[in-house]
This record gives sequence, C-alpha cells and structure tokens, in this order.
Amino acid sequence: MRQAVIDEQGLKTLVSQLASDISRRNRGVKNLVFVGIKRRGVPLANRLAKELSLNQKYRIPVGAIDITLYRDDLQLVAETPICGGSEIDFDINGRIIVLVDDLIYTGRTVRAALTELLDFGRPKSIQLAVLVDRGHRELPIEPNFVGRTIKTRHDDLVDIYLVEEDGTDGVFLTRR
Amino acid sequence: MKPRFKHLLGIELLTRSDIIGILDQTESFLEVLKRPIPVVPALRGKTIVNLFFEPSTRTALSFSLAASRLSAHCVNFSFPSSSVQKGETLLDTARNIEAMRVDGVVVRHSMPGAPHFLARRLKAFVVNAGDGCHEHPTQALLDAFTLRQHLGSLKGKRILFVGDIAHSRVARSNIICFSKLGARVAVCGPPTFLPTDIEKLGCEVFYRLDKILYEVDVVNMLRVQNERTDLSLFPSIREYRALYGLTRERLSKLDKSVLVIHPGPVNWGVEMDFEIAEFPQTLILNQVTNGVAVRMAVLYLLAGGHEET
Repeated sequence: MRQAVIDEQGLKTLVSQLASDISRRNRGVKNLVFVGIKRRGVPLANRLAKELSLNQKYRIPVGAIDITLYRDDLQLVAETPICGGSEIDFDINGRIIVLVDDLIYTGRTVRAALTELLDFGRPKSIQLAVLVDRGHRELPIEPNFVGRTIKTRHDDLVDIYLVEEDGTDGVFLTRR
Repeated sequence: MKPRFKHLLGIELLTRSDIIGILDQTESFLEVLKRPIPVVPALRGKTIVNLFFEPSTRTALSFSLAASRLSAHCVNFSFPSSSVQKGETLLDTARNIEAMRVDGVVVRHSMPGAPHFLARRLKAFVVNAGDGCHEHPTQALLDAFTLRQHLGSLKGKRILFVGDIAHSRVARSNIICFSKLGARVAVCGPPTFLPTDIEKLGCEVFYRLDKILYEVDVVNMLRVQNERTDLSLFPSIREYRALYGLTRERLSKLDKSVLVIHPGPVNWGVEMDFEIAEFPQTLILNQVTNGVAVRMAVLYLLAGGHEET
C-alpha cells in the first residue's frame, strides 16, 4: 500500500521551514556552506542556499559529496557501485558546514559523509539537515534540523522525489 | 556497476561499453586525486600483490600508488627474470600467492599469456600489467582516457602509430582499444617493425612517415626497443630518426591541434627529439597522471564487492 505523505506544496513549506531554522540557529548565514549528499541531498542543498541567499549579499557556497568510496558495506554488496565523484570547490577550513540529505534512516550514510568531509579539511562545525527522518538509527547520529519525522517500520519504503532529479516533488510511504 | 569480467587480461576481451565504463569511473578517481587528502577508504583491508618478472618503473609505481590511494595494502615482488624457469616457477608462484590469501595480483611477465595462466589457477583477481609482446591493457585505457579528455570522443579520429608495432604490447592493446572506441587507426614503420598480419586489426599501413603524418589527429609514438637493435631490424639509429623520428622539423609542420602520446620511457633523440617534451600538444606527463586514476578504477571495479557464492 502506497500513500502520499508530503505533497508538492508541503515539501515547499518544509524546505522554507528548514531554511529559517538553519538561519535562526546560526544567527544569519555568514560563514555557512552547504554540502549535499548525492544524489537528492544536492538539489535540496541548492534550494536551501537559494532561499537563504535572497536579500543577502553573501552567496552561500554549495558543494556535493558522493559517499560511495566511504561506504562501510562495499565488501557486502555484490555489485560494485559506480562512484560519481564529489564536488567541493571551496575551502571548508573554519567554515560551518550544513550537511544536507533528503532522508535519514540508519545514519550510516551520514557517518560516511562525515568521514569524507573531514578528509577535505577541518571545518569549525558540521550540522545536519534532513527533509525526512524515518527513524531506525543504527549509529548515534541525530540531525540538527528535520523537516518531518515519519513513523515507519523497518521494511517500509520511503520514496522521496525532487523535481531536479525526478521531475516531480513529493514523499511517498509504501507499507509491505 | 558489476564488471562483466573478473580479471583484466587484455583489451581484446573487453567490449566497447566495458571500456567506456572503466573510463567513466576513472573520472571520479581523477577527482579523488585532486583532493587535499587524496586517499579514500574504498578498498580497506584488501591486499594486492605486484608481481613483476620484468623491469618497470612507472607501471609498478602507478599500481602501488593506485592501491594505496584506495587504502589497500600493496606488496611488491620482483623476481630476477634471468633465474626464472618460466612455466614451472609461475605455477609455483601461483600456489604461493594462493597460500598467502591475497585479493588481487598485478602481473608483468615476458611470456604472452602468463597472466591468463595465473587467472585460471587463482581465486584472486588478476590484472595484466604487460605480457611479452601481447597486451598491456591499463596502458591502452589510460591512453584512451587521456585522448578522450582532449578530444571528447575518439570516434572518427585518425590515430597513427609510429615505430616498432611488431614487438610492442602497447601498440597491440592501443590499436584494439582505439578501434573499439571508433577511431581510424594507421600504422607506420620500417617493414621489419610491422607484423605481417597487421591489416587484420583493421589498420592502414604506411611505410613513409611524411606521407601520413600530416593527416592525423593523434600520433602515438612507440619506443625503439634498444635491447632489440642488435637483431639488425634497421640499419642505424640515425637513419631511423631521419625516416621515422618525430623531429622538431616534422613537429613544426604539424597542426597545433595534433596530439602526441608515447608510453615511455622515451629514447630522446631516436624516436622523438627532446624539444618535443616542451610542446603543449605533447601529453606524455598527462598520461602518467591519468595512469594512477585508471588503475584505481580498475582495482576498484575488480576488488569492490564480494564474490557471489
């Protein structure tokens, strides 16, 4: 059974809320940089940065990170995942990084992203923003900013669609 | 991406899309090499052995670097080639490697087919780093990658090989690779340097360099293998340079968009004049840089993931 949990308008509202939470917590956006986790974290990071750059002189840099080479299950998956490469063309030393992803589940992706980011330099701090938290963490990792928490069972599927990647916006939950 | 192949033994065994898959994967490893810390943990805990029965500097070093940048352990074995009783020792070596439980073996050997022989007997994956006059697949991949960076695609491009085609595994692998990517390949050299059945690889054959040099997009120079000159395959080095060398006079007449590659080591003053190293269209050092990224892609694709049992 598949149901829509967040529609196009709802997703837009959540992104705006996330943006204002981030700016309130950091008292503005100075010194912030955004890094999206590939793939759907990247368009989200772009949307947040765009929203927060309105009426600002400061343009928030946005980077992308591909965690494939930092996965802890490379030896477990039968197919070697194709790796897309990371794009961080700014210096992250001393900056506040807001790491962005569409979904947090076990926390293992975020763990990999943190390890990879720290190989790029020594940021002042790293914060985590996600659109959806579906629970079931396997590591002690919690996001600082959450759009919406959805109660799920382990075998549920959460599909997040973003216009930039999928041609449409929305979040769906499938129970099995 | 699940590679269709378990080993990398030769370009001949790869399809066009296998080759393109490896080249695409190489792009992301080139990005890794530009990072402040150019190391990723992808192959943590894997062990790779460099088994070189023939001398090599850049290939062995390039594979070692590729392995370390993927966080794999790399062990180097080098055997004095003179004392090797080929067939028997190779089998013996294979058994020893098996006993040491390594994940991958990079092998260079003077006997064509040596890596294939090992691949049939080992659980580990095998990468051919040069087997006699047969193949040198990672060289072909890195050359294809380097050319693709500059040309976008090899499709329809004219690529000329100059020199000792008959004894060159690089020529063999590169000709097959570039042809599979859609390039039009021509070869040029003294008749003693051209294999008799070269047309079977789909090449045009030229004996006079000046007749074809100015019509191509890429010149792939080959090393005059000095160790073979005592076989009297050509009268003298001076004559060879005059007829087949990429001299500064010839280069000055070349269009500036024509690219020059060479697998190294170069015999400066024989197949190429030293000044050519300084020309912007010479990509020899780009080839070396890209070599590490290509080998990372190959090791990653072969060592990543587990064996389906």
